[in-house]
This record gives sequence, C-alpha cells and structure tokens, in this order.
Amino acid sequence: MASYSTNEFKGGLKIMMDGDPCSIIENEFVKPGKGQAFNRVKIRNLKTGRVLEKTFKSGESVEAADVHETDMQYLYNDGEFWYFMDPDSFEQVSADQAAVSDATKWLKEQDLCQVTLWNGSPIIVEPPKFVVLSVADTDPGLKGDTSGSGGKPATLETGAVVRVPLFVQIDELIKVDTRSGEYVSRAKED
Amino acid sequence: MTRNDDWRPSASFAMLRRRAKLLRDIRDYFWQAGVLEVETPVCSRFANTDPAIDCFSTNYTGPEAAQGLALYLQTSPEFPMKRLLCAGSGPIYQICKAFRDGELGGRHNPEFTLLEWYRPEYDHLRLMNEVADFVNAVSDRALPVEKLTYREAFQQFLQIDPHIVDIEQLRACAIENKLPGVEDLVLDRDGWLDLLLSHLIEPHLGEQKMTFLYDYPASQAALAKVRQQSPAVAERFELYMSGVEIANGFHELDDAEEQKRRFTEDNQRRLEAGRSSLPMDEWLLKGLSEGLPHCSGVALGLDRLLMVLSGCDKIEDVISFGFFRA
Repeated sequence: MASYSTNEFKGGLKIMMDGDPCSIIENEFVKPGKGQAFNRVKIRNLKTGRVLEKTFKSGESVEAADVHETDMQYLYNDGEFWYFMDPDSFEQVSADQAAVSDATKWLKEQDLCQVTLWNGSPIIVEPPKFVVLSVADTDPGLKGDTSGSGGKPATLETGAVVRVPLFVQIDELIKVDTRSGEYVSRAKED
Repeated sequence: MTRNDDWRPSASFAMLRRRAKLLRDIRDYFWQAGVLEVETPVCSRFANTDPAIDCFSTNYTGPEAAQGLALYLQTSPEFPMKRLLCAGSGPIYQICKAFRDGELGGRHNPEFTLLEWYRPEYDHLRLMNEVADFVNAVSDRALPVEKLTYREAFQQFLQIDPHIVDIEQLRACAIENKLPGVEDLVLDRDGWLDLLLSHLIEPHLGEQKMTFLYDYPASQAALAKVRQQSPAVAERFELYMSGVEIANGFHELDDAEEQKRRFTEDNQRRLEAGRSSLPMDEWLLKGLSEGLPHCSGVALGLDRLLMVLSGCDKIEDVISFGFFRA
C-alpha cells in the first residue's frame, strides 16, 4: 500500500483519512526548539467536501489515496447514473448523484468534464468552465433593449436557471460560466 | 522540490537595513557589557545527539583524511562555546549560522542565525533578566516582562499540573480544547506536553510583552541543571514574544558524568526510533571534567527576533534568501 510521510505533505496531495479520500489544502510545520515536531494540516474530504483539520507527529506516514483527475466526455443519464467516457480509451464509468452533485444542471451530452476518480470510480464531476446551452424558456422581453440592466431569468435546456439580458430569446444559444453561474454572451452552434 | 523561480531576495532592502542595524546594536550591547565576541567551527567531528533535532552532515576529504571524514554542521554553537568557557574565556557571545535538517515552515528555515551567549556566575533567573534587558536595548520600545513557571503556564491556560498529569489526562485535555484530529496521535508524555504548549499556550504568550517560561519538567532538561526538589525541575527557560518562541536558556549542566549519561540516553532513544546514533562530543566531556565555570547560557533566534520586532510572520521576509531561493 502506497503511503506518504509528513515530509511529502503539500497542497493537493491525496491521502486516506478515516476511510475516505482527502486532499491536503494547507500544511503547517510546528516545532518547539527542543521538542516534538508536528504537522498541522487542513484537509478536504473529497467525498463529502467537508474541510477538517488534523495534527500529525512529523515523520509519520499516511496511506496514499489512489485519486486522479481526468477529462471525460459526458454521455447520458439513465435516471440513476451519469455515464462518462474516456475519450482516448473509450472506457466508460458511471457516477452517482453524490459525485455529480451540482454539476448536473450544466451537463450536456458530449461535453468534456473533469472527473476525479478514486480507485477508478468517479467521486467528483466538474462541468466545463464554460458551457453553451440553449434557452428553453424565458419571458419574451423588450425589443431593442441591449443594456442588459437587471435582466431576466432564463431556464436552459439542462434545467439550470440563469439571469440573461432582456434581448435573449427562447431557442437562442448562450455561453455560461459554470463557476459563477453567470451569463457570458450569446453563442453560435460550434 | 519546490523552487522559487525568482532570483531576487525574499527580504526587502528596508528589512535588510533593519537587520544590519540589529547586528550592530547587538555588537554594541555586548561590547558595552564586556562580553567577548567569538567564532567557533560550524563543522565538527561530533554531533548534537538531541533526538528532537537532526544534524546535517558533510564530508571532508584531503590531507589527514584520505578516506574522508564525516563532519556535522552545528545545530547550535553550544559545545565549542562551552569548551571556551572551560578553558577560561570568561563571558562570551557569538552570532552564527546554525543548521537543522527537516525544519522548514513559516517560522523555520533549515539554515538560520543564532545569537548565543554565556555568563559565568549567572543562574538562569539572572540570565533571564539580562535577556529582557538586551531585547529592550535593541527594540524601538521597552516591553514589560512577565515570568511564569512552566507549571504556572499550564495551570493558567489549561488548568492542569504538567508535573503530575498522565498521558491519558494530557490527551483528554487536547481533545477538550478542540485540538483537531489528535484522537489517534501516539506520543510520549513529553510529546503531549510539547503539543499542548506549542498549540494551546504558546500562541497566547508574549502579547505586547516578553513572557519567560522557566523551570521545565526534568524530562525536558536538555543541557540544563536539574534542581532536585519535588517535583524535580530543569533550570531552563524560554522567551516568547507575540506567540513566537524566541530564545532558550539553561543554567548549564557542568557535571561531565551526567552529561555523558544524557548523551548516551539520547543515542539510545535515537536507536529505539530506528535512527542511527551519533558521535557524542568527547572534547566537551573532557572540558566539563576539568571544570565548567558555574554559568548560564542562552540561544536566541535572531531571525525570529527580527520577525517579532518588525511584525513579519514569515521567516523568509527577514532573511535575504529564504530556503526556496537558497
């Protein structure tokens, strides 16, 4: 079983903690001049997203978590699982609701997502930073208004609701920043 | 290995000027006080055996050592300075680089600067007063001084007596005070005391003042005399300012037999921890057996003092090139 010593600790390192894969956020070295050295670390549980702190005796080892991130293409959802495919190996994996979480509202078939795999199974799915989606529903709005002041809500094809300028119409394609959930611009079909 | 691609210094020139001023003030202070400045070897055939400190080692090859000779970089200049004292130097001080493997963080740089001085005829309490006087002499404003025994500090901040509590009580205290994720830690008694002191007490020490802790548990004597009372205490002190450990001093152990016993015990603990034992300083032991004058000594982290005096929280801000640029 692979393991890391506290000397290898740094931001982003993936370790096992209480049976769950975790990522180190912060690592602080604490040592009295003449005494025991400690590593005080902040870690994020990758399954729950919870941040916790932990104190290690320096020099101790912790089990490494077999976690890696990879770009995968979103295929479809069968009501229970979301299916993704490695574009190089064509290997498919299925992610459950917990892994897909908030990403669902941005997922459009064929889009490339960043999938975090733990022992080969998805635990986190991140949508592309920008997605192009069509507007399924919105108020017709005022013609000629281009200022975008205030805007109006629009429901997109994936179910996400985004504030858009008044000139955006049903069936138009728009580009959205998934990190902020904000409208960026109108878009054309690729 | 993380390396900083920036070739420029990690400290500002304003800070480097302040550092130069501090060095000059230190030399003025000790010149006035009649304390002799000395230099001693940075590399030695002998090592520091302290199990909590790791030495760097290097190798000399050449005349007199065709096959190579292992040398250890000093973790403090204590041993050769004590040999000077044994030889009759009188009061001495030194500003030098010290090296400790494995120590890197906001307050640690593997190579750092120590100011170390020794005062014949002083006990640790008298030297504490001189340390306070010294710090006030080199800082912009005079700070009040607080003195707490190690026991008083634990009683005041954690309501426990560090001399009598057992490991389970120490663990319970850590958990009760919400130290994160310590349930599974395996530590010896001194390890738990170190954890509580460094995480729960130290951050509160020396706020707008100098706080001295003194009379440590005998098990943490290092190179200090132990006063046989109940409980026995080590005549050792530490200075804290703004929650940072600044200096460590001893009423110096002058018993060669006892010193040898502590070195041997250190090496035993190293072996138990699966590390190699290190050559103990035989010259120091010889010097001690011929007689170390009754004295106290203190090692003060110059970089840390500068951090505290100038309000920096990263050691690399006060040294020209921190570890990532070295």
